[in-house]
Amino acid sequence: MTEYERRARAEQRERFDFAVIANWLSPGERVLDLGCGDGRLLRYLNETRDVTGYGVEIDHESVLGCIRNGVDVIQMDIECGLLGFEDRSFDHAIISQALQTMHTTERILTEMLRVAAEAVVSFPNFAYRANRAAIAAGHMPVSEDLPYDWFDTPNVRFFTIVDFEDLCARLEIEIRERLAFDEAGREVSDDPNLNGSLAFYRLGRKS
Amino acid sequence: MQFDTPLTLKSGAQLAGFELVFETYGTLNAAHSNAVLVCHALAGSHHVAGHYADDPENIGWWDNLVGPGKPLDTRKFFVVGVNNLGGCYGSTGPLSIRPDTGKRYGADFPLLTVADWVAAQARLADHLGVHTWAAVIGGSLGGMQALEWSLQFPERIRHAMVIASAPKLSAQNIAFNEVARQAIISDPDFHGGHYAEHGVIPTRGLRLARMVGHITYLSDSQMAEKFGRQLRHGEHKFSYDVDFEIESYLRYQGNKFAAFFDANTYLMMTKALDYFDPAYDFGGHLASALARARARFFVASFSTDWRFAPTRSREIVFALLHNRLRVVYAEIDCDAGHDSFLLDDQHYHALLRAYLGNIAV
Repeated sequence: MTEYERRARAEQRERFDFAVIANWLSPGERVLDLGCGDGRLLRYLNETRDVTGYGVEIDHESVLGCIRNGVDVIQMDIECGLLGFEDRSFDHAIISQALQTMHTTERILTEMLRVAAEAVVSFPNFAYRANRAAIAAGHMPVSEDLPYDWFDTPNVRFFTIVDFEDLCARLEIEIRERLAFDEAGREVSDDPNLNGSLAFYRLGRKS
Repeated sequence: MQFDTPLTLKSGAQLAGFELVFETYGTLNAAHSNAVLVCHALAGSHHVAGHYADDPENIGWWDNLVGPGKPLDTRKFFVVGVNNLGGCYGSTGPLSIRPDTGKRYGADFPLLTVADWVAAQARLADHLGVHTWAAVIGGSLGGMQALEWSLQFPERIRHAMVIASAPKLSAQNIAFNEVARQAIISDPDFHGGHYAEHGVIPTRGLRLARMVGHITYLSDSQMAEKFGRQLRHGEHKFSYDVDFEIESYLRYQGNKFAAFFDANTYLMMTKALDYFDPAYDFGGHLASALARARARFFVASFSTDWRFAPTRSREIVFALLHNRLRVVYAEIDCDAGHDSFLLDDQHYHALLRAYLGNIAV
């Protein structure tokens, strides 16, 4: 694959991820995007669904990227919680493929459901078939959705669909919807923990 | 520019008329939509950028930001710098002659607030044909003016750029200001503020005030890096003369400042800082105070700024969020403490360039 093809494919993949998230949002709603990178998701959501909101990001270059993209961003460390954000001040809090890069998993999930009515979470499923095969062959997996070598990864938490759902149960978080996709972007219904490479969740508080 | 309509001040006092000196850079476009007001902090002036033909040494205080091709690009924007009311660079202030007595105002010049400065700046905007500023930008006390603009004239400012600032001073901030004021007031040459009539200047007080101020502008780490415990004479002199380089630096800054800055203006400026508190009329609730604002905000703080630490900027940010206002907030890693806002740190300037670049004119 040439660099161009790789980039084109990554972009296509990204658009696909964005579309999954966009589908769960109502037009015109207000969102908070945690670990928003350069703000491209928010920009997409604004352009396609008239969604407004803020990104939260710690990385300096990403904050600059947000500003260039015309996206409102607040530079702070999510690991310390969302102090300052008011309860239920957003329709959705989103964390798109960033939860696995943070240490305080429980706090972040709890905080997301404090500041927003619902949370949208996506993450790479460590138990995906190809990842299991890599481990079985004696190596840490490198795949479409886990594209980093072990010595150069931003990921600090490695978990599976089953693990995540166990945690949600423990935190009394209600799973309102789940979607899983394989590396080719096909939706998976049969044994998602084995066949799903990337998982998306729509979460709420058990009332 | 002379304004002849009386201006009633926050304190209740009235100025029958006043003069503001200002500089402009770039050209106001046909739609009058590209004007940016640069507000100065404590010791700043209307001379924001460039230098005068006959005075090449006197470079504007924010020259690294403002100019053709610079982050605040004068090829795109019409930039206005103004010396605030009560200043000592030519605008009506304590050094001016009172029309009713023919003498200098001195200590009788009324106390001004940030709101008064903004009201006076609005008169200048009217004169320049600027109904709505594309942006009002300032650092420190200048940032407070940008914030005040968004509250006093919500429809006249599209972007408020509030840098290294705070929604109000802390007790510690006021304490430092009070030390500075007492240094000036207790100088025997102060004469209750009427030093001009005695033909003297409270130089010692001004010098001390500036020295104290300077300590708060710098970070501990930067001071350590810049001066450390370096000795002026290479050895301990066992005297009260300059031993350590930091002493020399503070004396130099103090002397330089005392040679040109007016003591009454300095006192008044520190009071304006102390009084600034938009939440005061709202039971201390900043979010309620900011409900009036309509502008989009750029808020930035610096990691080593302990005078107006990042937490102070976050107060503004979350009050804006409460009101669902648009805001970008950056917390910049810069070693230089409060004074960072005046430097051309690469990332800081990239942020400003990106934000200003996206402002439609």
